Amino acid sequence: MTFIGWLQIAALFLAVLAAVKPLGLHMVRVFTGERTFLSPLLRPVEAGFYRLAGVDERKEQGWLAYTLSMLAVSIAGFVLLYAILRLQAFLPLNPQGFGNVAPDLAFNTAVSFVTNTNWQNYAGEATMSHFSQMAGLTVQNFLSAATGIALAVALTRAFARSKAATLGNFWVDFTRANLYVLLPLAIVVALAFVALGLPQTLDASATATTLEGGRQVLSLGPVASQEAIKQLGTNGGGFFNANAAHPFENPTALSSLLNIFAMLVISAALTYSFGQMTGERRQGWAFLATIAILLIAGVGAVYWAESAGNPILDELGLDAAAGNMEGKEIRFGMAGSALYAAVTTGVSDGGVNAMHGSLTPLGGLVPMFLIQLGEILPGGTGSGLYGLVVFALLAVFVAGLMVGRTPEFLGKKIDGREMKYAMLAVLILPVAILGFSAVSAMLPAAVASIGTPGPHGLSEILYAFTSATGNNGSAFGGLSGNTLWYNTTLGLAMLLGRFAYVVPVMAIAGSIAAKVKSPASTGTFPTHTPLFVGLLIGIILILGGLQFFPALALGPIVEHFAMLAGTTF
Amino acid sequence: MSSMPSHTHAVSDAPEGVRRPGLLDPAIIVSSIGSAFVKLDPRQLVRNPVIFVTEVVAALVTLFFLRDLASGSGAGFSGQIAAWLWFTVLFATFAEAVAEGRGKAQADSLKRARSELSARRLGADGRTIETIPATVLRIGDLVLVEAGELIPGDGEVVEGVASVNESAITGESAPVIRESGGDRSAVTGGTMVLSDQLRIRITVAPGSSFVDRMIALIEGAKRQKTPNEIALTILLTGLTLIFLIAIVTLWGLAGYSGTVLSVTVLAALLVTLIPTTIGGLLSAIGIAGMDRLVRFNVIATSGRAVEAAGDVDTLLLDKTGTITFGNRMATDFQSVPGIDPHRLAEAALLASLGDETPEGRSIAALANGEYGVPTPATAPDVVIPFAAETRLSGVDIDGRRLRKGAVDAVLRFVGIDPAVAPPEFRQAVDRIARTGGTPLGVCEGDRLLGVIHLKDVVKPGIKERFARMRAMGIRTVMVTGDNPVTAAAIASEAGVDDYLAQATPEDKLAYIRREQEGGRLIAMCGDGTNDAPALAQADVGVAMQTGTQAAREAANMVDLDSSPTKLIEIVEIGKQLLMTRGSLTTFSIANDVAKYFAIIPALFVATYPALGTLNVMGLASPQSAILSAVIFNALIIVALIPLALKGVAYRPVGAAALLRRNLLVYGLGGIALPFIGIKLVDLAVSALHLV
Repeated sequence: MTFIGWLQIAALFLAVLAAVKPLGLHMVRVFTGERTFLSPLLRPVEAGFYRLAGVDERKEQGWLAYTLSMLAVSIAGFVLLYAILRLQAFLPLNPQGFGNVAPDLAFNTAVSFVTNTNWQNYAGEATMSHFSQMAGLTVQNFLSAATGIALAVALTRAFARSKAATLGNFWVDFTRANLYVLLPLAIVVALAFVALGLPQTLDASATATTLEGGRQVLSLGPVASQEAIKQLGTNGGGFFNANAAHPFENPTALSSLLNIFAMLVISAALTYSFGQMTGERRQGWAFLATIAILLIAGVGAVYWAESAGNPILDELGLDAAAGNMEGKEIRFGMAGSALYAAVTTGVSDGGVNAMHGSLTPLGGLVPMFLIQLGEILPGGTGSGLYGLVVFALLAVFVAGLMVGRTPEFLGKKIDGREMKYAMLAVLILPVAILGFSAVSAMLPAAVASIGTPGPHGLSEILYAFTSATGNNGSAFGGLSGNTLWYNTTLGLAMLLGRFAYVVPVMAIAGSIAAKVKSPASTGTFPTHTPLFVGLLIGIILILGGLQFFPALALGPIVEHFAMLAGTTF
Repeated sequence: MSSMPSHTHAVSDAPEGVRRPGLLDPAIIVSSIGSAFVKLDPRQLVRNPVIFVTEVVAALVTLFFLRDLASGSGAGFSGQIAAWLWFTVLFATFAEAVAEGRGKAQADSLKRARSELSARRLGADGRTIETIPATVLRIGDLVLVEAGELIPGDGEVVEGVASVNESAITGESAPVIRESGGDRSAVTGGTMVLSDQLRIRITVAPGSSFVDRMIALIEGAKRQKTPNEIALTILLTGLTLIFLIAIVTLWGLAGYSGTVLSVTVLAALLVTLIPTTIGGLLSAIGIAGMDRLVRFNVIATSGRAVEAAGDVDTLLLDKTGTITFGNRMATDFQSVPGIDPHRLAEAALLASLGDETPEGRSIAALANGEYGVPTPATAPDVVIPFAAETRLSGVDIDGRRLRKGAVDAVLRFVGIDPAVAPPEFRQAVDRIARTGGTPLGVCEGDRLLGVIHLKDVVKPGIKERFARMRAMGIRTVMVTGDNPVTAAAIASEAGVDDYLAQATPEDKLAYIRREQEGGRLIAMCGDGTNDAPALAQADVGVAMQTGTQAAREAANMVDLDSSPTKLIEIVEIGKQLLMTRGSLTTFSIANDVAKYFAIIPALFVATYPALGTLNVMGLASPQSAILSAVIFNALIIVALIPLALKGVAYRPVGAAALLRRNLLVYGLGGIALPFIGIKLVDLAVSALHLV
């Protein structure tokens, strides 16, 4: 670990922190229907959409209608993307002449992009036409992110309102998230990416003559535009197979930092919006502090583990000071790779600039564990916030009991109904991650897909289902996922992780909104204090740890101890 | 509303007169062992999902033990695991049995009294009397009860006045007066008439009488799960499911690396991880909470009310009898200019000659004592009693017309416009009212003499009690019929947060509704029939045992001591109930960390020797590690029974401080303790060569 390394990490987090309030406030204005500086330009467009779709923007929806609208958008998005992929060969903008995508892969990919996961069982430059990338994948990058934001806003309103039957209008929130939040940011970031050297072209490829005089075909395409929304929407699906390790997707250390900034900024700012909209600004900061502490700890752990490297290699006489550089790009270095690995898993982005499978056992454990904590640090756009609120409800429940009051959060009493839905949501993670992993680990056909036998192979399986269920999308590498089994099961895991989680959360929102917002007293336990932040962190770690410790013990943990004992897998 | 005697009890001491078993009475423990086995019935246990799962798992492991026994391989280990899993279930049912057992003796004596009751029912003609068993009485029946007889059922006195010994219910041996009409007309079945005779209309059907409810409450037989208990049970069930998934999938994940885990060890891991500690003690905590309430001589009609008590935000208290002693006393005479104070004292004394109220007596005492005015021997010609319309009382004596009463009424009597009353008089009146006193005008004929200062004396120690409530986060609101000025003065002297002056029962009801609209929970106590709507509307309504039947029906708790400040203890008991649940839940979950460190290395050390590093406790062998974790998990339930019954101590120090303390003790303590505990058990297991 170096001072410069830490400096990079600190600079990134400070930059995000600086953006939290302005962006958070902007989103509050957008979702409370106030005018913003973008309104003169975008308001006519927005109104045009409502007219076109026949949406009455003043008509609010209850939780069920809101949820059904969200599901309708997701189903329509899935059908559209599936059709594009299956009919790719007949569609325009296909300079490389790629054929139609196979049914199971198309299913997996369509689910993957609609659920904001962007797990990729394909190599983009060798499978997807420009049309599929732009009209198919990039569109879903916008829509899935906007869906997440809308859901988070609806849940926020539930805490802001008292005895309310409605949570807002999904169509309005969804349109505004796209128009006022994602689109402007994406344009700015895409232009910055172009300036930093990312290609943005409709050409298929360039042919270069190498130093040895050989000919090399370099794949090109509309990379910058897809990169921008890939990160801003915490999607993570790369244009190229190598994702952000590819020099055209992520040419410099600076572009790498912009990548990380873009994936963090909306989710982080939503905590501020939550605080502002509920009238409990300190709650927003408390959430941000919770996220920051856990995420920085994650970054530090990866950085430390990678810098410590592999003692077996040290004994062989390799320079111990270099740490573990396997699978990392020299231009990002140790700190830049550690930062990327922890943040991309903390935020449910899933883009990678280093190969997670090549991290040291502990360095690889951290990203996996960060996803298993529920993708809340700060998690996907919107999905991170509502995930965090579920944990806050659990923390408040235990804390409330310990101070002798029926638990309440932001003035809303938490009773059996909320606990039931919260537990239903929380159950999804172990069911999908551990359930599919265990079956895969016992199924010879599934085991055949792994790249490395032994505990590392188990980590590959575990990581795949963790990533899919968490709607993260990053891969451990090594696992050949493009099989009928994994295309199907990973697709199901992604669906469960997204929809089986969010429906109970929306039911909570409906129930919370209907409750009276009661004022705080000294007998009420304050939820914006360091004590609560500590408790929330404790609940997140204990709950995550208790669920996944046995599985992790058989994967990265045993690998770590074996490495210390001189064995590798 | 009437004034009532008040006793206050410190939280620690139980009221005298009621003999209660100690925390862990040997007799109760012996009888509880039997009922612990009865409670193993799965149909009963299914109400408690965590312990039900434990029982199913115990049964499963027992089957594997029998198989091992038959095949003659390793039966010792699976046998011991099975035994300890059964102990885990038994300890949980035992905890519940002990909690129930404490109330049983009292319930039994109540039951005996109930079964022996007989009634003398009046026929339709009102003269014929038939003697029937009390159990066949119906609502509306009229019964006659004479001195020395037990009242056969709950009802209302329709005729007569009698002293009644209610010690069977309240434990208070001093008799109380019951009379028809007014706020003292309610009688309770099983209590004894000591003098005179009463004609009583039965108002409650047999089986749902006060004594029946009390028995059901004490026995915990009809105990419904409270909302909060349901929410907690959902959390615990969810955790149980999560661990079930983690353990079942572990079999598959372990299979990948060639480790075949036996059902016995997986069962052991599952049971140690699921929250058996809180699951096992949950119902005991609930029963013990109700039992604590009974110890304070409060009968709650539902556990829900007890929980709500812990959540109370605002406490409505009647001024009279609760905050002040209830009878105002004359402390000073202020004459108008030109009137000798002794003349005023004499007039006040004479005007009070027919006034036998404590106020009237206190005026006479002040005139006799401080002013040396003797009470005349001659009786007044005419005594004019206080009337609500005139708001005056007084006497006509020797041709003098002496009156005292409300200041404006006296001014009207003497024909002075209040605006032109002597300024000194008005100042005196204002001063008295401002300091919380009641000014009483005195006049003779059409001559205004001065004003009597009647003072409402605030009970000593009440201010400290309200400060304690404030520290608990509860607002106290004083309800009084006094004018706003008087009310404000008393409010500040007593230290309440707010007051409701010139309050009618309707005002009270409206205030409660308004507070509830704002999301606050309200508690109040009352005893009169006109309190009934407000008692019913309040989230926690405490009726006095001395109160009317209507009030007792409307309330969700009845205080047998009829002490209005009892609400403070009720709130603390409610909080304690929730805190005990929360603390033990935290403890239970925190315990799991150590169990992982005991069992995970034990399961996999054969396949991956490197995982032996996780055996931080240095447990002797894989088998002893697993057995020790299971034994610890079972024993901790027994060890915590006293805490579950006694409850976690509540201190009014504010929520944050309370949480910090409990997190430290039950959270961090819950993580650390099992590391030590399991190690100690492991040492014992190794020393005894159990595996």
